[in-house]
Amino acid sequence: MAKHHVSVTLNGEPTEFLCSTRQTLLDVLRDELNLTGSKEGCASGDCGACSVTVDGRLVCSCLVLGAECEGKSIETIEGMADGEKLHPLQQTFLEEAALQCGICTPGVLVAAKSLLERNNNPTETEVRYWLAGNLCRCTGYDKIIRAVMKTAAEMRGGA
Amino acid sequence: MAADKPLYKWVGTRTIRPDGHDKVTGRAKFGSDFSLSGMIHGRVLRSPHAHAKIKSINTSAAEKLPGVRAVITSKDFADQPSELAAAGEAMVNYKDMVRNVMAREKALYDGHAVAAVAATTVEIAEAALELIKVDYEVLPHVIDVDDAMQPGSPILDDTMVPVGMDAKGPTNIAKRVEFTLGDAAKGFAAADVVIERSYKTAAVHQGYIEPHAVVSSVSEDGQAQIWCCTQGQFMVRTFTAKLCGMPVSSIRVTPSEIGGGFGGKTVVYLEPLATMLSKKAGKPVKMIMSREEVFRASGPTSAGSMTYKIGAKKNGTITAVEAEIKLLAGAFPGSPVQPACMCAVAPYDIKNVHLVGYDVVVNRPKVAAYRAPGAPISAFGAESIIDELAKELGMDPLELRLKNAAKTGTKAAYGPTFRNIGYVETVKGAMAHPHYKAPLGPNQGRGVASGFWFNIGGESSATVNINEDGTAVVISGNPDIGGSRASLAMMAAEELGIDYNKVRPIVADTASVGYNFLTGGSRVTFATGLAVVEAARDAVRQLCERAAKIWEVDAEGVIWDDGHAKPASTNVGEFEPLSLAQLAAQAAKTGGPICGHNAQNVQGAGPGFATHICDVEVDPETGHVTVLRYTAIQDVGRAIHPSYVEGQIQGGAAQGIGWALNEEYIYNAKGRLDNPGFLDYRIPVASDLPMIDAVIVEVPNDRHPYGVRGVGEVPIVPPMAAVANAIESATGVRMEALPMSPPRVLAALDAARPKQAAE
Repeated sequence: MAKHHVSVTLNGEPTEFLCSTRQTLLDVLRDELNLTGSKEGCASGDCGACSVTVDGRLVCSCLVLGAECEGKSIETIEGMADGEKLHPLQQTFLEEAALQCGICTPGVLVAAKSLLERNNNPTETEVRYWLAGNLCRCTGYDKIIRAVMKTAAEMRGGA
Repeated sequence: MAADKPLYKWVGTRTIRPDGHDKVTGRAKFGSDFSLSGMIHGRVLRSPHAHAKIKSINTSAAEKLPGVRAVITSKDFADQPSELAAAGEAMVNYKDMVRNVMAREKALYDGHAVAAVAATTVEIAEAALELIKVDYEVLPHVIDVDDAMQPGSPILDDTMVPVGMDAKGPTNIAKRVEFTLGDAAKGFAAADVVIERSYKTAAVHQGYIEPHAVVSSVSEDGQAQIWCCTQGQFMVRTFTAKLCGMPVSSIRVTPSEIGGGFGGKTVVYLEPLATMLSKKAGKPVKMIMSREEVFRASGPTSAGSMTYKIGAKKNGTITAVEAEIKLLAGAFPGSPVQPACMCAVAPYDIKNVHLVGYDVVVNRPKVAAYRAPGAPISAFGAESIIDELAKELGMDPLELRLKNAAKTGTKAAYGPTFRNIGYVETVKGAMAHPHYKAPLGPNQGRGVASGFWFNIGGESSATVNINEDGTAVVISGNPDIGGSRASLAMMAAEELGIDYNKVRPIVADTASVGYNFLTGGSRVTFATGLAVVEAARDAVRQLCERAAKIWEVDAEGVIWDDGHAKPASTNVGEFEPLSLAQLAAQAAKTGGPICGHNAQNVQGAGPGFATHICDVEVDPETGHVTVLRYTAIQDVGRAIHPSYVEGQIQGGAAQGIGWALNEEYIYNAKGRLDNPGFLDYRIPVASDLPMIDAVIVEVPNDRHPYGVRGVGEVPIVPPMAAVANAIESATGVRMEALPMSPPRVLAALDAARPKQAAE
């Protein structure tokens, strides 16, 4: 079957790709566009390692078809830093050792950024529930939650 | 632990990890992120049966499918004789390994590989799997460890002869182990109180988020390159060479960044298959497991069934412990029953101990190491019964532990006499922690438990190259699973006396550094760290020699201090100190490149001990258990990078909480795994857990230059009993089987209600 021609805005850049009907957005990002920062941990929407935003909405890219994305704006981990300048969440994750193996980290960062865009002053419980769809097997979440709370405080200009 | 002034400039600080930026930007390459031009894709056909004879496999239709480049079955792998090799803390047998990567006579578990295909696309490879015809004769199966030991149980291997015991006729028992100290009968005779209980634990998976992945490329001249996520590139090289019949020198393995392992990536699954497919197809072959395949076919850890008997004096002195510990190994021998027995009561100074363990095969995937393999299982029993003993004696459970605590000079039941250890400090740390005295509300309870892991050293090699601009590269050979590159660079910076940011640590492929035993046994910061320290000292020795040459004095007259060569005394002469950068710049003129090396089989791992405190609230209506507060106190020897040490403690505790409350392999009546996904195999999510307070105790290991002990494994040992003891404290109900999931807790609460009402 012929491939679909899809035009999107990817991390702010107009981007075109061809994909088969069964390819997920995650497949497209990784296999067609060579953006391997989004990870596949389960392919069933349970682990959150493939988290991206589509038109500002946080999704598991393994549950979105590439062909569905026509005209949409997609943000991935590769678009999070501004050139050489890390996003405050990325910087704080480094300083607070909020990662160990790092496989879940891109998804966690994308999800956390999405949270802070909606709520710049989340409680610990709000952070925990927002990130409940992002599995991390290494950290026990402690340092991740602290890093998100700390970044939120810094971005508010407090702390 | 508090010193007046810091002993070290870098050790003990919280530096930014060298691999950090790549991991927060998505740049880091993990197993499945690697690709080669001309690469094709491999998929595995897996048995749908728990136990079946493979009568025939017909691959001809699959081979004819356009796009298919190679098909392999067990026929492509030569059989292996019975020969043991080390994998993590366990031993594996090549005879079993060749059968585990590709079923031969029988399929022994749901998910067992029976064939593999490489094709130009994943879709074609999957379509080809459908065309392979396997003629199975389905056999009766056995899943439970106790059932497998019963007479009349289905037998996995008629030819198996158990080690360490006599057996009449075929058996599923692969091995019996026994540890004896003193005279248990005498100890029980001297006891005022004797308690006997049985416990069960479920099989749980390591649950790394990154599925196994490999790219293997075999050239026409027989040279192979393998890129994969593994805990040991040298292990992959050895095992793949053996199974594929290739010389070790013809295989070069480059480890990718690793997305978690916890022991589960200490063996091979896909690597020999991808290599054999590549050899046949003449193309690089990429293989990635799906999450379902990870659950069905990669090693979880054992389920356990055990009976403990403990005797004590009224004053709390434990006089004897007896235990029988049965662990399932999966389809091939090799459960961690030996370390389970070794660790069972190691935190305690008990004069009379008798432990018997059984290694039992069942129709499940072959177990692999999982963080302190075996110890969390035996500790669940030991630390539960000690809690019961404390209640029986009317003693505080920490007081009871302190009274019987192992100390320097204590002879452990598994053999060694402990050198300097810090168990007592962890118990005292728990007693002094505000958590232990905090008030509890209704339906809330508090539990404590301790844990032990012996830790290992092993073969380690490192090179420290001094660069011409005064920076350094540290080359070692252990995949960095949680920050070890940072620790190695910090120790090297300390030795060289240069800025941490001038030291670049890399994890090398198998052709670029001497042999390193895999990342496991909590050995890397300790053992590879020791090799790095010695390699840095070798470089420093050379730097001092270069200074001596420049000053025209004897090398013995030069010392290294704060990154500079200096005259040892005024007798040597008056010379301006020479910095590492100055000496590096002149290296070509003073004798050539400066490269420090070290390679050794490191001994002297310092045992690790921990004591955990857990508060829970139990919902009497649903049986749901919420962990309210958690504190983990651990002797780490010395924390090179405290943040990553805390991270190990927090992560281990979280995995233990998952093991305690939710995680289990659920098999249906046909012996098929019913929950091979993260929705139904529920690991803890962020909203399940509280903050985990990691309290670092530092009793330095006197056999390491910085006092390092292994850190990563101990923290998963205490949680299951700590949670069970907390549930008992909250409800009066003792949970003797894991997981303590809502239906099971509710059933236990319901069963106890009439009894409690009557009391």
